[in-house]
Amino acid sequence: MARLPTMEFDGVIVGGGGAGMRAALQLAQSGLKTAVLSKVFPTRSHTVSAQGGIAAAIGSEDPDDDWRWHMYDTVKGSDYIGDQDAIEYMCSVGPEAVYELEHMGMPFTRTEKGRIYQRPFGGHSKGFGKGGQASRACAAEDRTGHALLHTLYQSNLKAGTTFLNEWFAVDLVINQGGAVSGLVALEIETGQVVFVKAKATVLATGGAGRIYATTTNALMNTGDGIGMALRAGMPVQDIEMWQFHPTGIHQAGVLVTEGCRGEGGYLVNKDGERFMERYAPTAKDLAGRDVVARSMIQEIMDGRGAGPDSDHVLLKLDHLGEETILKRLPGITELSKTFAHVNPAQEPIPVVPTCHYMMGGIPTNVHGQVLTQAADGNDAVVGGLYAIGEVACVSVHGANRLGANSLLDLVVFGRAAGIHIEDAMRQGIGHRDPADEDVDNATARLARWNESSEGEAVVELKRELQRIMLVNFNVFRSGDHMRRSIGDLADLRERIARAHLPDKSRVFNTARLEALELDNLLEVAEATAIVAEARTESRGAHARDDYTERDDDNWLCHSLYFAADKSVGKRAVNFAPSTVEAFQPMARTY
Amino acid sequence: MKISVYRFDPDEDESPRMEEMELDLPAGRDLMVLDVLELMKARDPSIAYRRSCREGVCGSDGINMNGRNGLACITPVSEAAPRGKLTLRPLPGLPVVRDLVVDMGQFYRQYEKITPWLVNDTPPPAQERLQTPEDREKLNGLYECILCACCSTACPSFWWNPDKFVGPAGLLQAYRFLADSRDTATAERLAALEDPFSVFRCRGIMNCVSVCPKGLNPTRAIGKIRTMLLSQGI
Amino acid sequence: MALVTNVTSFGRSGLADFVLQRVSAVVLGLYGLCLVGFFATTPNVDHATLVGFLDSLTMKAFTTLAVVALAMHAWIGMWTVGTDYVRRHYFGRGHTVYLATYQVVCLGAIFVYVLWPLSVVWQISGS
Repeated sequence: MARLPTMEFDGVIVGGGGAGMRAALQLAQSGLKTAVLSKVFPTRSHTVSAQGGIAAAIGSEDPDDDWRWHMYDTVKGSDYIGDQDAIEYMCSVGPEAVYELEHMGMPFTRTEKGRIYQRPFGGHSKGFGKGGQASRACAAEDRTGHALLHTLYQSNLKAGTTFLNEWFAVDLVINQGGAVSGLVALEIETGQVVFVKAKATVLATGGAGRIYATTTNALMNTGDGIGMALRAGMPVQDIEMWQFHPTGIHQAGVLVTEGCRGEGGYLVNKDGERFMERYAPTAKDLAGRDVVARSMIQEIMDGRGAGPDSDHVLLKLDHLGEETILKRLPGITELSKTFAHVNPAQEPIPVVPTCHYMMGGIPTNVHGQVLTQAADGNDAVVGGLYAIGEVACVSVHGANRLGANSLLDLVVFGRAAGIHIEDAMRQGIGHRDPADEDVDNATARLARWNESSEGEAVVELKRELQRIMLVNFNVFRSGDHMRRSIGDLADLRERIARAHLPDKSRVFNTARLEALELDNLLEVAEATAIVAEARTESRGAHARDDYTERDDDNWLCHSLYFAADKSVGKRAVNFAPSTVEAFQPMARTY
Repeated sequence: MKISVYRFDPDEDESPRMEEMELDLPAGRDLMVLDVLELMKARDPSIAYRRSCREGVCGSDGINMNGRNGLACITPVSEAAPRGKLTLRPLPGLPVVRDLVVDMGQFYRQYEKITPWLVNDTPPPAQERLQTPEDREKLNGLYECILCACCSTACPSFWWNPDKFVGPAGLLQAYRFLADSRDTATAERLAALEDPFSVFRCRGIMNCVSVCPKGLNPTRAIGKIRTMLLSQGI
Repeated sequence: MALVTNVTSFGRSGLADFVLQRVSAVVLGLYGLCLVGFFATTPNVDHATLVGFLDSLTMKAFTTLAVVALAMHAWIGMWTVGTDYVRRHYFGRGHTVYLATYQVVCLGAIFVYVLWPLSVVWQISGS
């Protein structure tokens, strides 16, 4: 293959969501030549859909709030497989990261004192779980993600970040020393393929909810970063842990924020009973998301679901009064009217647990450096590669993420990766230049699709993949179904390898992008399936009907998956925070 | 359902054409226009359009449906095509890249022109800058813009002078920063808008208000900018 | 291009144009009312009554003011229309030539429409 045109940067960030733009800002402000490469214009990234808030103990609603309480909640929420050094870092740095956003101009809602408004969110407590519900989610009405993302984009414009908007990342370029020296990308508008060379490559590609047929995720959340990492030989961690958000709008899959329950809304079954009082007597509707989602499915399975098919439950908000709803939840009002034909000030919203968030991802340390496992079983840093945000597993969410912790994860670790890259550049990092064949390797799958002449259609294969995942890897999982699905997905891999891209045109070819995305969806789906089957216990979001209990003796650890041999390994959870005592595993009740 | 859709691939076509097709829509559900596009794409993968969040917050799928700009993902087919025929075109006034995809460069450049970030030269406090709920309230109806370009591409003044008139979307954001009690660059911002084009090309046609999928009111914001310019001039 | 549009802009700024457009409109409105009043209260309008009506320093000054206001109003309006429609998109590369021609024609017409009424009004004398 002829040599590709090359662009060169100090740091290239793949993905223009909250994490990517926070990292880019850090780099651009330090004067490094920084590019954000994103397959959509940055403000269209999925961070924009985040609604309820960003958690941080800034003490606005309660001056006594303490980041250590937040840390405790996060560790407990993770069902104890969140790394405590990372959680400690996130919760302690959180307030500073939030203040920075405010200084950039983020339009937070305000309290009477003029401080940032904080609302209650699920799983957040005071006094290490003993002091009742905490209000810790800093909010901009119910459009926190939108406000955050636009603010970060604006700050990056100010800082002079280079944006490669509507560029699609094809694959990482790995040099002969095993370090990452950039990536091959496709400029969507022209179809041009370019080698984007960088001293530091940061994956900030977000989640992969589109492996499921219904999800709160955007249509573009196809796990591109996971696909790239797995093809490049990196592992993924805890990829079986998928969060089902309790309140996705029935049938549409559109998210309704947990902030609705934070503001006083609650779930009822077809009899109008507030059923969460039975499942979580203390926290009720604000228990961990995995707990609420399971309770909802239980209600539906027990025949107490609402609607003609008894297939959903109801989120009641009307008792809050129209004024509160319009003031605090204006976006939700819009979404319910559009997608459920319901005015929440008058009628309850039909909701069902819906795939929402990928807790697992590419393992990293607190600096965002990607880790792999050396032959001796110890962690080894991959040169030149970072991962932040949903695509990464640092791991602060473990087996179940707390609401409002994802936005915090984005800005805290985006910032941390930026700071680390800045330092590394100052000390001078250099990798071997990649050989031409290293670059060619990264174009292989593009060439495969471009040369395809017959075979099945992308859309059909995608539909089948999404159906397999939705049916078999939902809130409750059974061993038999999972084992059968692993076979089905292996078949699907064969079929996708022979699938056909009929449209080979050059300019803004979205069919080609969807084909490339299908490769990534498959990588995520197969990893999820194989690890989910291997983890023989129930923990956090992973609930099996054949292994119903948490098994700390065998599984108080991260799972690690390598695509090359489809093997599942284990990695120790960090129980060594530096300024507080580690929180030891306990029974998890709300 | 009868559908007519604008097709253009610069590598294949000399000039754009309208493709007519007949599509069976699943009964019993009022689909959104985006659902129809996805059905069309399943049949013919070569049709190009932008889309992402499919819930009206990312602003990707602004298109022209039966003559009216809007977001395909939150516009029900019944509303877009009450008489049964759906006509889909790219947003007017911007160069077409392919099919329903337009080149948004001009639109983004106007947004960048208004200094779309908070300017405050005082050293930031250790915590957040305080802002009263009343002052924060002034940003409502402004900060929610999703940059979908439905408004600016419905504005004749923007069609005529897309390089000089900031357009409703950019001006809404210009006012979002003018109205922010934390911003200290009011005078500079106003000075940059005083020329005969940036703000004053608005003729109050109000197409922007009528098409905004988020229910925002750029005309009102433009009026407020004018008032600020006037009171500063006097 | 920018040079042409800025130089030919009547006012210093969009704000000045905006204010002038409105102030001149008010002047023209008042002058119009004045004329309507005259025609409504004068049973038989002929040359003599018209001359009588205009033959005072106040009316001469008011008329002058109205004519100047009309000129400003017209120029700002016509300039705006020109910069809206006489664009490269319709007129091709030579559009600045068309625009300049259009503006010269407008200015010429306005010049005539100012000189003519003023010369008429100021030649009136009540002898």
